[in-house]
Amino acid sequence: MPLSSVSSTLGTSKLQRGVDVRLGHVIGHVVSTQKNDRLTGAKLLLVQPETADGTAAGQALLAVDAAQAGIGDRVLLVIEGRAAISALGRRGAPVDAAIVGVVDRVDMGSAGATLDR
Amino acid sequence: MQVARVTGTVVATHKDPRLRGLKLLVLTPLTPDGKPVGRSIVGVDSVGAGHGEEVFFVRGREASLPFLPVQVPTDATVVGIVDTRHFEAAEGS
Repeated sequence: MPLSSVSSTLGTSKLQRGVDVRLGHVIGHVVSTQKNDRLTGAKLLLVQPETADGTAAGQALLAVDAAQAGIGDRVLLVIEGRAAISALGRRGAPVDAAIVGVVDRVDMGSAGATLDR
Repeated sequence: MQVARVTGTVVATHKDPRLRGLKLLVLTPLTPDGKPVGRSIVGVDSVGAGHGEEVFFVRGREASLPFLPVQVPTDATVVGIVDTRHFEAAEGS
């Protein structure tokens, strides 16, 4: 995690070492009935990745929710297949992005600022 | 994953044998509010998607997972068809 400290009370305990975790903002959701069997029951959320100060960074993506996140939440995001599958807890699920935590607060050590959300 | 619209199909007779019988779709990525964005790519279909439909696809190594045990050489696979998409503009953007 490139940030000095991120606190999250609600998250998955299956977070792997060495995975680049990013911040994002949940901006929508998608409903799909016809999908891969291993995605049945998965919540699909549209997430806009962002920097620590909340600036949008890159294209929005669709992530499976493994942290009971909702629209408007600031979240922790893994954008990597193995980590996403592990967060979802379904072997062989074709996913490449997952929400692994809901962010309460980001503390920026050097700037001394707290970015509440 | 990314949301996209199927904007075309690709016909290729001579291809990797593991791609035989699979539908190749031209996918144009969409923004959360449904506008085309970025470059179109070719993806393999795994859910019976067709031209004009809104879908979502997975990229990278995981794109071959729907076809296991066959190791299909693909880096983009359509894994779902979008029924509805709900979008709320983020504050301040």
